[in-house]
Amino acid sequence: MRKQFVTTTEDLIAKDDRLAVLLGDISVFGFRNAFNSYPDRIYNIGICEQAMTGLAAGLAKEGFIPVLHSIAPFVVERCYEQIKIDFIYQRLQGNIVSVGSSYDYPGLGYTHHCPGDVGILKVLPGLEIVVPGTAAEYDALFREAYADGNFTYFRLSERSNDQDQEVRFGRATVIRRGAGATVIAVGPTLSKVIAAAEGMDVTILYYTTLAPFDGDTLRDNCGSGRILVVEPYYAGALAADIHTALGHVPLIIDSLGIPHQVIRNYGKRAELDQAFGLTTPGIAARLEGLVHA
Amino acid sequence: MKELRKAIVHMTTHAGEGHIPSALSILDIVWVLYDRIMKINPKQPDDPDRDRFILSKGHGSPALYMVLARKGFFPAEELSTFTQFHSRFGGHPDCNKAPGVEASTGSLGHGFPMGVGMALGLRIRHNPRHVYVVVGDAECNEGSVWEAVLLAAHHNLANLTCIVDFNHSTDRALSLGNLEAKFAAFGWNVATVNGHDQEALFRALTRTPDGHPSAIIAETIKGFGCAPMENNPAWHHRVPTADELPGILEALS
Repeated sequence: MRKQFVTTTEDLIAKDDRLAVLLGDISVFGFRNAFNSYPDRIYNIGICEQAMTGLAAGLAKEGFIPVLHSIAPFVVERCYEQIKIDFIYQRLQGNIVSVGSSYDYPGLGYTHHCPGDVGILKVLPGLEIVVPGTAAEYDALFREAYADGNFTYFRLSERSNDQDQEVRFGRATVIRRGAGATVIAVGPTLSKVIAAAEGMDVTILYYTTLAPFDGDTLRDNCGSGRILVVEPYYAGALAADIHTALGHVPLIIDSLGIPHQVIRNYGKRAELDQAFGLTTPGIAARLEGLVHA
Repeated sequence: MKELRKAIVHMTTHAGEGHIPSALSILDIVWVLYDRIMKINPKQPDDPDRDRFILSKGHGSPALYMVLARKGFFPAEELSTFTQFHSRFGGHPDCNKAPGVEASTGSLGHGFPMGVGMALGLRIRHNPRHVYVVVGDAECNEGSVWEAVLLAAHHNLANLTCIVDFNHSTDRALSLGNLEAKFAAFGWNVATVNGHDQEALFRALTRTPDGHPSAIIAETIKGFGCAPMENNPAWHHRVPTADELPGILEALS
């Protein structure tokens, strides 16, 4: 997905003279062509995420569409108040494209993890959150939403699903329909969810836009009242949206995501997945339990 | 200026809140900018061919509102709604509500980086207009201020001027040392002036640019022009009672 970020951005920066790219001292080599071709609209700002975000808001005030890029904890948590005030309060258009989702860099430790990004960004009214599952999906979703007048967070992962899906910004995709339960698969969890649900009579809904949340598709595809959310960040970030969408019916909701704890281990991504049950067998077990609850 | 000070005291007293001494501290600076320096268009506040002003220390908003009203951005009578439920004029300025306000500020250290971005944006578009930012000395405790200082110098933003309202609010907390030397060391043009001497401010603001951003260290007095409030922390966010009001108005110089 990170390569796709460069490819998509290089294409759009040529076509849209409002686009301005601000890098937090990462992906600089990847953008070497853009630095040569559009030196006035791409900057390696340095390692100063607060001022980078404020500067981006200033550019937005002058009619540009800024794209902020760094590793998730730095471009979300370090400058959270700048996102809240400079963009959301001021109603300015802009985008963050982060890399290093949750524990994508497990060996680097907790300073470089960001499992809480979706939860904390969800509370900012009007902020859009996009979690693509593949590079092609990112390309489609970015083109659809980057200039929609709002502030949008694109959460790129080092991990992708096996297959691209037809995705639309703001809409969930129905992967298949069944009667026993509804699984909400978020972004790069979809391949595991499909494998885990093999042979089970369940609906699978695929969400790549988390805000605004597509409550209509959930409402139309949740006859069982049993929902399993499989999400690649701290579990539970969609609970309020699900209740808002379906609050009038009794529900059994289970969330399988990263448990709400400080991640103190290193290792490989698969080891952390294993520890948290974010594996195909782990998802299958939770789904079995839900169907028979 | 006495009339403007009086209007600030009346507006805040009517509302029952407001940072009067902070507003009096910056009043001369904001007035000189709008009266003698900046190209403005009160009838079309978003005219691209305008100079931009950001009050990064947003709690000085009463001074900004009074100057904007005096310049015709909106009727001064509307300021009697200051901080009321439906008012366009809050304790901190909102750029989506108050005509002429360029940035919503209040949390310190936000307006200055935005000003850097606006100056960069103007340069990219070959727009010759200028960006002026007022920060407080205590605001200079914020790391984002120094990030902005670095960025503006690195990008040679000669179309940006930062005026530090140096009323020594920070002295009780964190020493800034030699602020002029600090800005100079970061690559800015710097001048230190008496922030209540309008001629000195005018001269500093009309120096010939030389390719670098400019900083003006404006030595000011918090509560300037109202003796009981001058350098008196008790008045930071307090307004006169009905009993105190006549004495405060009498004390305005």
